[in-house]
Amino acid sequence: MQAGKILLTRERFALTIERLCHQLLEDWGDFSNACIIGIQPRGTQLSNRIFERLKVLTDNPSIDYGRMDITFYRDDFRMPDGPLAPHPNEIDFLVAGKKVLLIDDVLYTGRTISAALAALQHYGRPDTVELLVLVDRRFNRQLPIQPDYVGISVDALDEAYVKVRWQELHGDDEILLFEKKPI
Amino acid sequence: MTRLSTRHLIGIKNITEDDIRLIFETADNFKEVINRPIKKVPSLRDITVANLFFESSTRTRVSFELAERRLSADTVNFAASTSSVSKGETLLDTVNNILSMKVDMVVMRHPAPGACVFLSTRIPANIINAGDGTHEHPTQALLDAFSIREKLGDVTGKKVAIIGDILHSRVALSNVFCLLKLGARVRVCGPPTLIPKYYAQLGVEVSHDIRDTLRWCDVANVLRIQLERQDIRYFPSLREYHQYFGVTRQMVDELDREIVIMHPGPINRGVEITSDVADSGHSIILQQVENGVAIRMAVLYLLAGIR
Repeated sequence: MQAGKILLTRERFALTIERLCHQLLEDWGDFSNACIIGIQPRGTQLSNRIFERLKVLTDNPSIDYGRMDITFYRDDFRMPDGPLAPHPNEIDFLVAGKKVLLIDDVLYTGRTISAALAALQHYGRPDTVELLVLVDRRFNRQLPIQPDYVGISVDALDEAYVKVRWQELHGDDEILLFEKKPI
Repeated sequence: MTRLSTRHLIGIKNITEDDIRLIFETADNFKEVINRPIKKVPSLRDITVANLFFESSTRTRVSFELAERRLSADTVNFAASTSSVSKGETLLDTVNNILSMKVDMVVMRHPAPGACVFLSTRIPANIINAGDGTHEHPTQALLDAFSIREKLGDVTGKKVAIIGDILHSRVALSNVFCLLKLGARVRVCGPPTLIPKYYAQLGVEVSHDIRDTLRWCDVANVLRIQLERQDIRYFPSLREYHQYFGVTRQMVDELDREIVIMHPGPINRGVEITSDVADSGHSIILQQVENGVAIRMAVLYLLAGIR
């Protein structure tokens, strides 16, 4: 297997998330009339961490937090090996009239976020929606979608692949860049 | 694994245990979707489904149609009684004419066993069997097993009795295949004239004693007497059938534990089951109907999702 180039080490990874949380704190206050929604499956590791940290920083233990699956809203769910497998939806609050923070790990073509916005409509009419991503591959967009909060920006060719590894799932926190998507 | 081993759903006999479990896992997600305020997702917005019903149906047709619409597919409905079939057109001609209007999937109910297999070898669309004669009714078996899994946690190791007119029932045959593949123990119970001899070779127990069967089972799936398919008299009268094989409140109350009562519908109240059992807390008949939509959404999604 090809070796990936490390974009963010464990220490910088933790600092980046801490910095994002403080940015949110400045703009969103104590998250009253707001909610956080992580996108299944890969955005939820990040949203879990941010949610836990914000509970402490805001001193608000009852921030509305959900995890949303967007498989059924994708325009590219058909794959040669069969359709994408869905994940559970866990949103037990209404988003109507609220400020919504969408969280995903990597923003690449923008198609995931486009599907997420369509899915979100089915939970009510949010007041505003903002987007936080850990990695913004800013020159690979296929749709006019931009993030509001970014961990790091990565400039890479289309065929390159950015992998976010999580302590809970892969044994360590780091972000790697591969020349090609590993098979 | 996210892919079914087949392009068509003709019968449970032709699919694997992994296929069944994949359909269940996908149906779990759709069950959540249909309980939302907005019960619709756009997955199949580019798909057109033809519902061809050459035999009467209420539940299955409505359930398929709702499943298709909740996946945003376009649908065309076709009932044999109001079509050119009554003018002498063949099945293949009818279907080919409909397919030339760019239809991607066909859901078909037909009185002839094997009608779906026949079509699947001759046309390019995905085919879902919604009941072919006395052969199979795969989505009904899937939703029955899904409802048992929902109620009891798992199907494996559970004792399921299928009671009634086994001979004419496509639901019974599909249920037997499905339950055995999932590791359940199955017993069929009914008058000897309504249980075909080959059932013993399928790996199920055969009984003619309703009280003993109810004591044995965790789940009793009670089937309707299909008088419309009976060309000769298989038992003296409906009244006598009810006396010997009807499930009554008294029988259920006599048991030392709770069993789950199921019925695929339509119910003939007072024949195979009395109203006080069908409407009791033991019965999951209406949950079966709800689960039918989720299961059919899962089947449509999985079959349409292969590029």
